[in-house]
Amino acid sequence: MMNNTAVSQQTDQGFLAKKAGLPVKDARLTMAHMYVAFVSLLIGGLMGLLQVLVRTGKFTLPFGIDYYQVLTVHGVILALVLTTFFIIGFQYALMSKTVGMTNGERKWAWISFYIMLIGTAITAVLILLGKASVLYTFYAPLQAHPLFYIGLTLVVVGSWIAVFVNLHQFFSWKKKHKGEVSPLLAFMVAINMIIWFISTLGVAATVVIQMIPWSLGLVDEINILVSRTLFWYFGHPLVYFWLLPAYMAWYGIIPKIIGGKIFSDSLARMAFIMFLLFSIPVGFHHQLLEPGIDPFWKYIQVVLTFAVAIPSLLTAFSMFATFESAGRAKGYTGLFGFMRGLPWKDVRFFAPFVGMAAFVPAGAGGLINASHQLNQVVHNTIWVTGHFHLTLATTVILTFFGISYWLIPVLTGRKLDAHINRLGIIQTIVWAVGMFIMSGAMHIAGLLGAPRRSSYSEYGGSEQAMEWIGYQYAQAIGGSILFIGILLMVYIFVYMTFFAPKGQEEFPMAETAEDALPTPMVFENWKLWIGLAVTLILFAYTIPFIDIIQNSPPGSPPFKWPIGYN
Amino acid sequence: MHLHKYEKIWIIFGTGALLAFLIILGIGAFYQGSQPPSCMVTIDPQNVQAHEAFKEENLGLNQVGDNEYVVNVLASAFNYNLGKDENGSPVKTIRIPAGANVTFQATTSDVIHGFQLAGTNVNMMLEPGYISEYETTLDKPGTYTLICNEYCGTGHHLMMATVEVFEE
Repeated sequence: MMNNTAVSQQTDQGFLAKKAGLPVKDARLTMAHMYVAFVSLLIGGLMGLLQVLVRTGKFTLPFGIDYYQVLTVHGVILALVLTTFFIIGFQYALMSKTVGMTNGERKWAWISFYIMLIGTAITAVLILLGKASVLYTFYAPLQAHPLFYIGLTLVVVGSWIAVFVNLHQFFSWKKKHKGEVSPLLAFMVAINMIIWFISTLGVAATVVIQMIPWSLGLVDEINILVSRTLFWYFGHPLVYFWLLPAYMAWYGIIPKIIGGKIFSDSLARMAFIMFLLFSIPVGFHHQLLEPGIDPFWKYIQVVLTFAVAIPSLLTAFSMFATFESAGRAKGYTGLFGFMRGLPWKDVRFFAPFVGMAAFVPAGAGGLINASHQLNQVVHNTIWVTGHFHLTLATTVILTFFGISYWLIPVLTGRKLDAHINRLGIIQTIVWAVGMFIMSGAMHIAGLLGAPRRSSYSEYGGSEQAMEWIGYQYAQAIGGSILFIGILLMVYIFVYMTFFAPKGQEEFPMAETAEDALPTPMVFENWKLWIGLAVTLILFAYTIPFIDIIQNSPPGSPPFKWPIGYN
Repeated sequence: MHLHKYEKIWIIFGTGALLAFLIILGIGAFYQGSQPPSCMVTIDPQNVQAHEAFKEENLGLNQVGDNEYVVNVLASAFNYNLGKDENGSPVKTIRIPAGANVTFQATTSDVIHGFQLAGTNVNMMLEPGYISEYETTLDKPGTYTLICNEYCGTGHHLMMATVEVFEE
């Protein structure tokens, strides 16, 4: 039995959340994911700060903590935990809003949440105990404690339940609405979850079939190249799993915030289908410098990698078309004068816009990385770190922050007030400045040959290393500014969760422009698109993968960290 | 599906640019032979010395022709083994004349390592069971640092050697 205050508080919150279009039970589900995401942001950000400080050479970690342990925490908690929890939570909110959620689906969603949480906790404990300083890519034959792999497996299994919940929501809606075009945002969530499911099969295969038995000592050796190929089969679609929720907000939310309409529903769906087709059969572009893979097949996957740039080009066009029509509708003229019609003082627009701007150099850098021979200049240099701090840690994260400014108040039945809006704009500027300095310095140092994933080193006093250290100071300055940005964002999150004035924040959902033509039904032909995606994967991987297995060298025994001491 | 005129121009321009890039990369790879390092030779990672190139006496710089060298390197945590000098101490620096044709041949006897000669295009992954090979000409005299650029354990950032390219 609940007491009276609790009941009235609950109905109160439920009423407010419902008004914004989200049942309170669904709001609570998404909010649980948000707590994990923002706690991760704080911990991961602190680890990042420690790294840039260590790399100046003026600071040593206390209590004998190892640099690579800190680096493992940073990568796992930001790239794997924060992203997965934020995305899955955000997608539940989108699905609840567009196609609804049944009690049964919600129950499974909570089971998924707790399995992922337990998996995260197990992994975290093993890393903190120093039994898994293998970085977030955990390449064999460096070996972590078996529980590290088991924890990660639980995170993936939990996320699969979320996949099935979202797809069940989506296809139940379709069954009830035969012959209708599905809601755009629900369609996008379905695509993202299908990409996630197909790609995680690869990492699950290497972890469950290869690494867990090998770490438990049930088998003596592991096939390195098979393991790496399965990992990177997952590794690139993973980055699209991060990016697509940002695109969901750009296509389906931002037009509403700027007082415009979705430029073209069909174009948005076409872009997402292209991601489904081209984001997976491209893993070799992370393995361009590896022995044992035929360079012909590397080139085939380079071609497919370039194809995945096309939907991003489409997205850039759609965004600016939306901006232009919204600006002109407000009476602004001139070639670029329409830009004045955009709500620059609204953080819900400003933060994602800065993220979009960052994607211009970030995308160009990505094409350089994937350019077959050109990759030799930048592979495993800190240029790559600079690259994904623009894509993931600027484009994606600033869009996630932009989403949070309205989503968290919607979930908690509060309002985004002027003070938080202003602070949010400051936070965005702090982030942009910090990242410009840090990522810029990383890009330049990388071109000079500075390696990624390396603690402070003078490399025997080499002249080249001396040159890199100057840029490491710049990275420390940029990184410190970014940490201030993280503290600001965590404050904003706490304020929006517990202290902002009660009220009804709008859940901004954009509509399609009146003059846009109807969406062709071919986009709803799921058998066709999934079939094509699988065909492309089989084309890109079958022959080289059989080659790798047939020409395998003897396997590798495990090497426990710190290598050489076991 | 109907596309706006500007959109068509944008897609044609964008896709055209990507195609142009791919054609240039393809010509470089298949016509001029500039492929990323993709050596297909395998060995036993627990017995690398069984391969001629990684026998102790063959490690380091070997002159094989008139202006042609092979550098055999055995990587292990956290060291690049370049053989021993006359006094029996490990070689840490190798000297190569500018403009010579050099083939780097390397492998690892434990975990994955990187092999990057900073400031040059020599950059490849070393994986247990495989030989990595890259042929190049180092034209610019100077001192280059060979570094491990793939995380290999607690001493990863200390793993290095030096290559001096000198004018003859």
